Amino acid sequence: MSTTLTIEHLSIGLPEGADRPFAVEDVSFAIDKGEILCVVGESGSGKSMTANALMGLLPPGVTVKAGRAMFEARDVLRLPESEKQALRGAQVAMIFQEPMTALNPLMRIGDQIAEVFAAHDRYTQSERRERALELIREVQLPDPEKIIRAYPFQLSGGQRQRAMIAMALALEPKLLIADEPTTALDVTTQAQILKLILDLRERRGMAVMFITHDFGVVAEIADQVIVMREGKVVERGAAATVLNDPQHDYTRRLLDAIPTGRLPEARALSETPALEIKGLRKVYRTGGGFFRPVREVRAVDDVSLSVARGEVLGLVGESGSGKSTLGRTAVRLVTPDGGQVLVGGTDLAALSDEELRKQRHKVQMVFQDPYASLNPRQRIMGAITDGPITRGVPRKQAEARARELLEIVGLGADAAQRFPHEFSGGQRQRIGIARALAMDPELIIADEAVSALDVSIQAQVLDLLRELREKMELSILFITHDLRVAAQLCDRIAVMQKGRLVEIGTVHDIFLRPQQEYTRKLLAAVPGADWEQQRTATV
Amino acid sequence: MWKRFRSNIGAVIGVVLLVLVIAIAIFAPLIFANSPWQMVQRPFLAPFAMDGLPLGTDTLGRDVAAQLAYGARVSLLVGLVSTLVALLIGVPLGALAGFYGGYVDEGAMRFTEFFQTIPNFALAIVLVAIFEPTLASITLAIAIVSWPPVARLVRAEVMSVRKREFVDAATLAGLSKPRILVRQVLPNTVSPIIVMASLMVATAILLESSLSFLGLGDPNAMSWGYMIGAARTVIRSSWWLSFFPGVAIIITVLALNLIGEGLNDALNPHLSRKGKA
Repeated sequence: MSTTLTIEHLSIGLPEGADRPFAVEDVSFAIDKGEILCVVGESGSGKSMTANALMGLLPPGVTVKAGRAMFEARDVLRLPESEKQALRGAQVAMIFQEPMTALNPLMRIGDQIAEVFAAHDRYTQSERRERALELIREVQLPDPEKIIRAYPFQLSGGQRQRAMIAMALALEPKLLIADEPTTALDVTTQAQILKLILDLRERRGMAVMFITHDFGVVAEIADQVIVMREGKVVERGAAATVLNDPQHDYTRRLLDAIPTGRLPEARALSETPALEIKGLRKVYRTGGGFFRPVREVRAVDDVSLSVARGEVLGLVGESGSGKSTLGRTAVRLVTPDGGQVLVGGTDLAALSDEELRKQRHKVQMVFQDPYASLNPRQRIMGAITDGPITRGVPRKQAEARARELLEIVGLGADAAQRFPHEFSGGQRQRIGIARALAMDPELIIADEAVSALDVSIQAQVLDLLRELREKMELSILFITHDLRVAAQLCDRIAVMQKGRLVEIGTVHDIFLRPQQEYTRKLLAAVPGADWEQQRTATV
Repeated sequence: MWKRFRSNIGAVIGVVLLVLVIAIAIFAPLIFANSPWQMVQRPFLAPFAMDGLPLGTDTLGRDVAAQLAYGARVSLLVGLVSTLVALLIGVPLGALAGFYGGYVDEGAMRFTEFFQTIPNFALAIVLVAIFEPTLASITLAIAIVSWPPVARLVRAEVMSVRKREFVDAATLAGLSKPRILVRQVLPNTVSPIIVMASLMVATAILLESSLSFLGLGDPNAMSWGYMIGAARTVIRSSWWLSFFPGVAIIITVLALNLIGEGLNDALNPHLSRKGKA
């Protein structure tokens, strides 16, 4: 097998004042023809920088300090800009994490693909169109004739990623760089895209450099793996070896941090419900005018469920399933169109604004984005004590409680005087949890509370939640798109699809004896499912 | 933030210039013993033609340098006060419109548009003509024509901040809506308001000068615009009479613009034009 790309001793320097001198330090690896190399690491490990350096897309101030990247007997890092441009697309192509921002929103899909040919001066106008159509067929987009005339916003996330891949394949590159291409997608869509990449590799014999943070994905597609941490390669080898017999400490920790399919012991649940949702409905209406009918989306369609005191109920679904709307309705950030939300006997859905304000403390929420959920101009103390003080708790007492809670969530009391930007994502999420706890709620709703975090941080926050559940008898409605995460923490799991409740049952029932077709599909789509089963079996 | 501001050479030059102008305005009575209205020499003395009158005299034999110094007081005062008044109108209106949306927004925005559809300067002239032209009425007129952009900016900022999750968190904490607006949302809109305000001071100075040029200034206050207006008939024979007040206006407005841009880069590092990594 011939080698497509060889990187030797690559070092990429960061501008002065950054947290470390090199984004990437002395990294070497090679990718053979037809091979998929997975570069794994947490955020800030330099995995994307490596890819950007190859494409000549480094941000200003960041420069290649040393090393070579040999591609077709030339060092791509030192080519003049014009030759780099000729290389990009034609020989080396790249696909990105967020297909919506990577596509031009004002250009039809077909034109965007044809533009790739135009940029490299290939074919005539009509031939380009012909080729674009072929490519769209190759990436298995439905109804190619229609897709070619569609704008990016008319496509779903998975279809957009397919269109991106079609563009990347247009000039038959020898190397495809994929930077977290499935991270923004639902599990079922992710599974399809991974399969497509495997297919294309098979058919075209491309080399693929696949950047990801998800070992599940690695298990699914990788031939070779390198694990990066703080700009350095800590482990490399064949996928099977790295996954099943990791040598480096860090790799082992990463693998341990992955939520496994291993199911927790079932716990006895109390009979008293903390939250009861009965026949909840929420319809979003958009558009509507003289000539257009109103578009109705049933975000939550007649859903009934309950969370027992001390129970953690996982609410799982893909994007657009209405799980977040359900969560927001339960705290009444969204007012439902019908149905009841009973918390401790009070129907939150029926209260007036003023009454509601007094009952707010009963249900609290931990939000998804640790960067948006704290006011950047307010000290942590203020963020935590605002609520209790409004409720009438004396300031002194509220502040003492806030310090205590900050200790409990593992930050230390002196965190109170600092501003949010001084904390990392995981720490902010702990602050969010402390803020929710400060209100002594009967129920906490965690809306994708760990989705934005790296696996190792994710594991820590999940540990914290589990610990709090034991200590404080917390009832939690845990909303997530990730079945593996749900399995770790939850007592029962509810599966939603298109606003409807598909299935609800204990973790064991859902994972081992799923009743519904959709649940089975979700379970099968979890990346690396087979590998995980072996792993859990051997542990 | 201060460090980022300092690293911007243009902004530092702006600050130096502005401090200079402010110092001259404050110490005008100390530097120039004579009132700017007092005739001190024969008219049309060219600059440096006589000791003690570095910028010469005007059509009536008054000291141009003294006029400039006293004019700085009027320009700066009108600029600052009118901007403050404009903020007092624009910020609350924009904040309410952006935060409550719906009918409040519709009402506030139609009201704002009513002012925006009339050309700024024409409206200012009409307002000054209706009131007596005094410093207070001129300041008020300038404020009335310059608040709509503030209201629009604040509205847009509030609308975007309002959708952030920490606002939801504050709602869940049981905070009342007015309290959320004042304590959580508005502090996050301060940076662009500061930037806009610094640029508005410059615009207000220009507006005041233009009004004075047209003879609509306060007859009892010496201002740069009045000086240029009074000198326009003799612009060919006595260039210095319109040149120096013109330079004063340019320097002050330029200084404010430089500071505004510096503040913009310092307060919104993500939008910095230079795109430093």
